[in-house]
Amino acid sequence: MGFLKEIGKYFIFLGNLFVNRESFKTHYKLVVDECLLIGIDSILLFVLVSTFIGAVSTVQTAFNLVAPYIPKYVISQVVREMTVLELAPTVMAIVYAGKVGSSMSGNLGTMRITEQIDALEVMGINSINYLVLPKIVASIMMYPLLVIVSGVCALTGGYLVGVITGILAPTEYIYGIRYLFNDFTITFALIKALTFGFLVASISSYKGYYTTGGALEVGISSTKAVTTSVIAVLLADYVLAQLLLSPA
Amino acid sequence: MIEIKDISKSFADKQILKGISGVFEKGKPNLIIGASGTGKSVLLKCIVELIKPDAGFVFFDNRNFTEGNKSLKIEVRREIGMLFQGGALFDSKNVEENVRFPLDMLAVMPRDEKQDRVNLVLNRVGLQNANKKMPSELSGGMRKRVGIARAIVNNPKYLFCDEPNSGLDPQTSILIDELIQSITSDYDTTTIVVTHDMNSVMGIGDNIMFIYQGEKLWEGGKSDITHSGVKELDDFVFANKVMIAMRDKNAGH
Repeated sequence: MGFLKEIGKYFIFLGNLFVNRESFKTHYKLVVDECLLIGIDSILLFVLVSTFIGAVSTVQTAFNLVAPYIPKYVISQVVREMTVLELAPTVMAIVYAGKVGSSMSGNLGTMRITEQIDALEVMGINSINYLVLPKIVASIMMYPLLVIVSGVCALTGGYLVGVITGILAPTEYIYGIRYLFNDFTITFALIKALTFGFLVASISSYKGYYTTGGALEVGISSTKAVTTSVIAVLLADYVLAQLLLSPA
Repeated sequence: MIEIKDISKSFADKQILKGISGVFEKGKPNLIIGASGTGKSVLLKCIVELIKPDAGFVFFDNRNFTEGNKSLKIEVRREIGMLFQGGALFDSKNVEENVRFPLDMLAVMPRDEKQDRVNLVLNRVGLQNANKKMPSELSGGMRKRVGIARAIVNNPKYLFCDEPNSGLDPQTSILIDELIQSITSDYDTTTIVVTHDMNSVMGIGDNIMFIYQGEKLWEGGKSDITHSGVKELDDFVFANKVMIAMRDKNAGH
C-alpha cells in the first residue's frame, strides 16, 4: 500500500512540473546551467570509467575465447556489442545515478530543510517547475551525449589494450568493430539513454524534494535516490530490451 | 488586514492548532508569541498555506485565501514578503541576486530600475557594501537583514517574519526589531512576527496574540501583558529575570 502511495505521489510530482510554468527565458538559463553542471562535472569520470571498462572487457573476452578456430576479431565484436548494448547506457547509468542523482537529491534536500523551497512557494513560484524541470530536461539532453562519449572511450580503451598487449592486431580490432554491425543497436542505446536520463533525474529530484528533517535526512534521501534510481534503471532496461530487441 | 477564523491543524494524532481566530491589522507589527513547540510557526505557515490547515479560513483584505482558486492564491502570494528563521537565502546566488530574485521572477521593470530598487533596500537594511557577498560569507544577523531586504524588495502588502531574532545577540535583535517596525509603518504593511523573545514583545508588541498548547489564550498590547491575569502568560513573560525585576520594581519591592 505504501509503495502504491509513493508511486502515486511521484506521478503527482511529475504532473506538477508543468503547472504554473515560468517563462521560457527563465528556464533556458536554468537548463544551460544544469547542462554545464551535469556534463562538465561528469565527463572526466565517464571517460575514466568507460576507458577502463572497455580495456577490461577486451582482456576478459580474449581470456574466455581460447578455441583456436574462433577468429580474433570476434573479441572486438563482442566488446562492441557489450559496450553499445549494455556498458555505455546501462552500467554508466548506475555511475550517473551515483554522481548526478545523489547531487540533485542532496541539492534539493538541502534547499528543502533550509526553507529555500518554502521561500519560492511563498513568492507564488511553482518550485517543482522552477527547480526540477530544468534538471530533468538537462539530464535528458546530457545523458545521451555522455553515453556516446562513454561508448567511444570504451571502444578506444579496448583498442589500446588489445593492441598494446598484443591480444589482437589493429586491423583485426577495427574489422571486428565493423563486422555484422547492426545500426539499430545505436538507436536502442540512445532510447535507453533518454529513458535512464529521465528516470535518474526525476527520481532523484523527487527524493530530494520531499526530504524532511535535517542533515541526516538529506544524506538518507541521497542514498535512497541512488538505490531507487538504479532499481528503476535496471527494470526499465529489461522492459526496453523485451520490447525492442526480443524476436517477434 | 489579515483575518483568521478557526484555524486547526493536526499532525498524525497530535493536534497542534485548536481553532485559532484573530485579526492582524496593517501599519503595526502583530506578534504571535508563546513558548517553543506551541504551534506559532505552524500557524504562520498555515496562514500563507505552506502548511494546509485541516479547518478554518484565512482572509487577506477580505479575500478568502483558503477557498480561493489557484490564480487568487498566486495573486495573494505575490503580495507577500516572508523572512524565514534561517534567512532561507539561495546558496548559489550572491546577496544582490538573492534580493533581486523576486523582481526578476515577478516584476516587469527595466534592469536598471531593478538594480536601483535592490540598492535602495540593501541600504535600508544597512548592507550597502555586501552586494557581491555569498550567503556563506554572512553572519547570522546579516543573513536576516538580507532576508528582510528580499522580503520587502517587491513592496509587499503583507510581511511575515518567523523568529527574526533567533540566534542573534541582543543588540542585533533590537536592530532587526526596529527595522521591522519602521518598514511596517513606512510601507503600511500588515506584518505578523512570530517570536518568543521578550525584548521584541516589549519593543514592538503593539498587537500581541499569545498561544499556549495550540490555543489562543490572550490578545492585547505590550502595556497590558504584565497584568493580563492569565497564569500561562505570566509564566511565559516572567520566565525572564529582567521581567521579574521590572515587575518587582513596579510593585515597590
